Amino acid sequence: MTAIVDVRGIKKIYGHGNTEVRALDGVDFQVQPGEFVAVMGPSGSGKSTCMNIVGCLDPPSAGRYHFCGLDIARFNRDELAMLRRHYLAFVFQSFNLIPRTTALENVALPLVYQGVKPAERNARALRALASVGIAERADHTPSELSGGQQQRVAIARALVTEPTLLLADEPTGNLDTATTEEVLHLLKQLNHERDLTILLVTHEPEVALHTQRVLWFVDGKLVNDGTPDEVLS
Amino acid sequence: MRTVDIFSMAFVAIARNKVRSFLTALGIIIGVGSVIAMVHLGQAATQSVADNISQMGSNLLVVSTGRGGRGPGGVRIVSKPFTHEDVEAIRNDVRGVLVAPTVTTNQNLVHGNVNHNGSVLGTTNEYFPTRNWDLAGGRLFTDEEMYTAARVCVLGSTVTRTLFGGSEPIGQTIRVGRSSCEVVGILAPKGASFGQDLDDVVAMPITSVQSRIVGHRDIRTIFISAIEDGTTSRVHDEIDELLRHRRGSSMEDDFFVRDMQEVADTLEGTTRTLTMLLGAIAAISLLVGGIGIMNIMLVSVTERTREIGVRIAIGARVRDVLWQFLVEAVAISCLGGILGVGLGIVGTYVATDKMELPFLLSTEVMLIGFAFSVAIGVIFGYVPARKAANLNPIEALRHE
Ligand SMILES: Nc1ncnc2c1ncn2[C@@H]1O[C@H](COP(=O)(O)OP(=O)(O)OP(=O)(O)O)[C@@H](O)[C@H]1O
Ligand SMILES: [Mg+2]
Repeated sequence: MTAIVDVRGIKKIYGHGNTEVRALDGVDFQVQPGEFVAVMGPSGSGKSTCMNIVGCLDPPSAGRYHFCGLDIARFNRDELAMLRRHYLAFVFQSFNLIPRTTALENVALPLVYQGVKPAERNARALRALASVGIAERADHTPSELSGGQQQRVAIARALVTEPTLLLADEPTGNLDTATTEEVLHLLKQLNHERDLTILLVTHEPEVALHTQRVLWFVDGKLVNDGTPDEVLS
Repeated sequence: MRTVDIFSMAFVAIARNKVRSFLTALGIIIGVGSVIAMVHLGQAATQSVADNISQMGSNLLVVSTGRGGRGPGGVRIVSKPFTHEDVEAIRNDVRGVLVAPTVTTNQNLVHGNVNHNGSVLGTTNEYFPTRNWDLAGGRLFTDEEMYTAARVCVLGSTVTRTLFGGSEPIGQTIRVGRSSCEVVGILAPKGASFGQDLDDVVAMPITSVQSRIVGHRDIRTIFISAIEDGTTSRVHDEIDELLRHRRGSSMEDDFFVRDMQEVADTLEGTTRTLTMLLGAIAAISLLVGGIGIMNIMLVSVTERTREIGVRIAIGARVRDVLWQFLVEAVAISCLGGILGVGLGIVGTYVATDKMELPFLLSTEVMLIGFAFSVAIGVIFGYVPARKAANLNPIEALRHE
């Protein structure tokens, strides 16, 4: 079976000489289809950098990255955009919904870039909103929604294209405990029911305990890789 | 991404910020408006000059005695007048012309108890076709009347109105200076040319004016019309040569021939240059409007940096973002262009009304004005759009 994510010797180096920062310093790991993986480690250890590379938003300075068996280094900008449009999806800590635009339109946006027609777009967006339990807020703009609701809309936007891999960088970082539980429950459910592969960055062990596997980063290196119980103990 | 969606995105963004979009477009509105108003005004002025000149008569040449130079010792010399024989010579030797010698004088005109100071013109029947002037009633002069210096006259419409009000003038007698005179015809209104009322005139046989009113046989001005179009310059040359020969003038001509076509061309050339100058000045304001659009679009790109980052992250291509912002800029400037055309029409109307110029709209000018606004949108929208399209998504997503 082809791994969804296969990184080997990935490095990301910012600046040079004295000011050189090794955000990632030789990282290897694979993620298999259907895995729910937590990415953890202290602040500045390279978690977000790793997510950006896996999400094809940023090229690595060195090393190889295969996404579903495809060598990313061979892809140009538009082809990478195509990968993000059809196979990848992001959920951010700060929701990043487009302001003054309804939930429905926000969710439909990836389909706009796929060239889907409005009727189908809206039907699919509404279904995605329903699947995260917020269909009744379809006509509300982000400023009219709570943080938890906004994050649900963001998840609906990530789901609407039926991606292969969901990348969530601290999706619960701005949410209280109760809402965090709700969002995690939702992600777990998607992982179970749709077999969606998820990479999730978090600082909270309680969050990581919901996952099947934890990658622990320190100073740009992957120092531990195992089940939550093994890594967190 | 479908083209419709690019456009709807742009219009949604514009509609969401109506006031700001309007302010952004304001520079273009004023720019296009002033270009259109200025060029239209210039064209109206050109038209009005052309009208004024064609009022005088087409293919018209006006031959006058020189204003006279200064003789030895600075004594002012009045150049000698034309004679009846000069007129006959032109008639016989120059092909294809109507020749109308004239004598003018100001006289008191009286009918009943109405007194009017008007211009009296002694001439021949050729004068009227030469100046494209029709009779409104009655007749012109007979050969016999010309020959016998009869006391008959033809009235311009202003004189008719002043002296007769509503009553029938033909057959009536008026007093011109000290002699009385029968009205045999009235002229159609001719209007004004360069501010002078052409209808304030009483025309009489030249012989009558010479012998009964002014008391001399001097002819100072001869109106000549080339019958065939395009022959005025030949006629001009032939008259020059003939008069030079007849008047035996030594070095300098003591007469001059004004070709109305030349005058018209010169004046039209001048107003055309002026039009272009005004248009160019107005175009600068259009340029400033374009810079305004660029400015606001750059601010807007900065404000929406995060949004752009999201769009790129969810799969927008470079050209999708580029088009989105370019179309937005072009749409704003197009709206500005449309409103500007409206403003230009209103401005032209108000200005031509004030300046008593003809109100004429040129589709060409309006289309060019509008096309300018589109071009400005593309040119000045490109820089911000490219900035947006080339944003690094990671930095954009981190942007506060
Ligand atoms: N554009 C950049 N230029 C220079 N250094 C950078 C840049 N982006 C990230 N870094 C550095 O790379 C390192 C890793 O950053 P990264 O954002 O991946 O950390 P992180 O693990 O996500 O931290 P956090 O938990 O605080 O989000 C940090 O030391 C950071 O300062
Ligand atoms: Mg981070």
